[in-house]
Amino acid sequence: MSDQENAYWRANIRLMLSLLFVWFVVSFGCGILFLDFLNQFQLFGFKLGFWFSQQGSIFVFVCLIFIYTWRMNHLDKVFGVEESDTESPQTGAADSIDGES
Amino acid sequence: MDAQVLTYIFVGLSFSLYIGIAIWSRSASTQEFYVAGGHVHPVANGAATAADWMSAASFLSMAGIIAFEGADGARYLMGWTGGYVLLALLLAPYLRKFAKFTVPDFVGDRYYSSTARLVAVVCVIFISFTYVAGQMRGVGVVFSRFLEVDINSGVVIGMAIVFFYAVLGGMKGITYTQVAQYCVLIFAYMVPAIYISIALTNNPFPMFGLGSEMIEGGYLLEKLDGLSAELGMTAFTSGTKSTIDMFFITAALMAGTAGLPHVIVRFFTVPSVKDARISAGYALIFIALLYTTAPAVAAFARINLIDHIDGMNYAQAPDWFTKWEDSGLIAWFDKNDDGVVQYRGGSAMKPTAPSFIDSEGGSGQRAVSNMPTKNENELYIDRDIIVLAHPEIAQLPNWVIALVAAGGLAAALSTAAGLLLVISTAVSHDLLKKTFAKNITEKKELLFARLSVLVAVIIAGLFGIYPPAFVAQVVAFAFGLAAATLFPAICMGIFSKRINKQGAITGMLVGLIFTLSYIIYFKFLFPEMNSSEYWFLGISPEGIGFIGMLLNLFISFLISFSTAPPPNDIIEIIDEIRQP
Repeated sequence: MSDQENAYWRANIRLMLSLLFVWFVVSFGCGILFLDFLNQFQLFGFKLGFWFSQQGSIFVFVCLIFIYTWRMNHLDKVFGVEESDTESPQTGAADSIDGES
Repeated sequence: MDAQVLTYIFVGLSFSLYIGIAIWSRSASTQEFYVAGGHVHPVANGAATAADWMSAASFLSMAGIIAFEGADGARYLMGWTGGYVLLALLLAPYLRKFAKFTVPDFVGDRYYSSTARLVAVVCVIFISFTYVAGQMRGVGVVFSRFLEVDINSGVVIGMAIVFFYAVLGGMKGITYTQVAQYCVLIFAYMVPAIYISIALTNNPFPMFGLGSEMIEGGYLLEKLDGLSAELGMTAFTSGTKSTIDMFFITAALMAGTAGLPHVIVRFFTVPSVKDARISAGYALIFIALLYTTAPAVAAFARINLIDHIDGMNYAQAPDWFTKWEDSGLIAWFDKNDDGVVQYRGGSAMKPTAPSFIDSEGGSGQRAVSNMPTKNENELYIDRDIIVLAHPEIAQLPNWVIALVAAGGLAAALSTAAGLLLVISTAVSHDLLKKTFAKNITEKKELLFARLSVLVAVIIAGLFGIYPPAFVAQVVAFAFGLAAATLFPAICMGIFSKRINKQGAITGMLVGLIFTLSYIIYFKFLFPEMNSSEYWFLGISPEGIGFIGMLLNLFISFLISFSTAPPPNDIIEIIDEIRQP
């Protein structure tokens, strides 16, 4: 692996770990471990802990994936490892099978 | 028009749509048959993934479980959505870059071993069949109640439809039918939820209606907790499961979701790595729409049940009540012989599920041979009927009732089709082409793929017609096994260059055997001991897959570091998949 590729991979891992940290905090943290503590607060008609475990964590999950996609596409550009838009990278075995049919 | 005629029309229309799509999108090559040619738009793949994923369990059972269990239902809500974060961040983009057809393809190539591939094939087939059995039960319930055909003919009709489009269209046919099925099922789920949300809270968004004030004043959840307390039920916003058990079950469901083969293969069908990333996001949006609505549906259903059923005179029971009683999914045990239904906390009889006898009780209800329990509750309601019965309980128009039936079928059939395809691919591609008959032509492979769909459909149909008594028990297997075997094996394959075949194979086997034995021990051998005082660290069989996964990881690293590292060409493959 070149230095450039190593740096790309490290940036990828850093991004992944920070997003997974949030993922853990909202679901296992707010939704399970600190459920009773958070339930003393109120969010509209919800107890806060209950809201996190039934709906809030799901909303955060959706945001996490979109942030990941956006940041990764950005990293791809910065490190110059983007896929080319014209050809599908589905190569090798798949192509040769196509040829046979 | 009456609900039954409308149901026939809705189900008939949706089935012709699926068949039409199947004819339009026939597959000609194995690449089309296995991964839809790799040309599926990410939004379409997102919708297809959502339909593939949301099964009879999500559509029919989940809101019912939450309606009865309240806060404990969160393990399914978080477990079955949080897995998508793992899938999107840890697996989907890399597997798409790898660009092959199946999950065993990856395991076999990355661990340079056909033994590893075989272990993966066993896991895939086992997980998928377990799952298919559950779908068939859903199809049976819908058919028997709404179309009033017997369950067996219902299952046969359902299987015939799936067989038709899976054999003809392969992944390509399945993908586009799943997009249509997603539209049908989400529409069918949302319409009654919106109706009921407006009726109770005047809020047209059911997910927010749950946190709103009721029309008659007071927050809905507070009123529900109050009602439940009066009737001796657990409050909706609190649970009875221990924190550690909730933690482990949620973790096992998350890792299991990310490791389910029929979901993973969907990400082989998009054109690029970039598309795989965003596609997981679309999939989760589509799924979240239903999942954030489910707790609202559950709470509304519990309120409506209490309002309409408790204190009802059986002689004036509405039509839906007696029809579900005829299907055997509602039972009423008139303990105090007053002819009035008392709906309270606790189970009404021992054992919990009713066994009907061929005679009538004092008010004309179906009599049961169960023993009464000491509490005041007289009512048994099968959790699976909540979503189907709710529109009738809330007295919605007939077309909404018909729509829900079509939605339930769409959810069950789309998942069944995805699973059957995974099973057939595992047989024709992984077992034949890659292991036992390496030099078959593509034409032959395609023929075998279609034949194995046929065999898989027949076996799945048999599960539906002769449901093994343990269907509900074995569902815990599917997630536990996926979490303990496929998910860690794939993850380590991507993120560690040091894991070799010895480590991965032993790890998968240890995870498989440990999880399997724990579940069999408590679910089949000693069901009387299946309670928290006997469980390991208080973890139920549902959550043990997570321990299986940790064991798998530990053993894999231990063995890999004490044996030779993987060869250089494998290191190159890893470097390759880490770049888009």
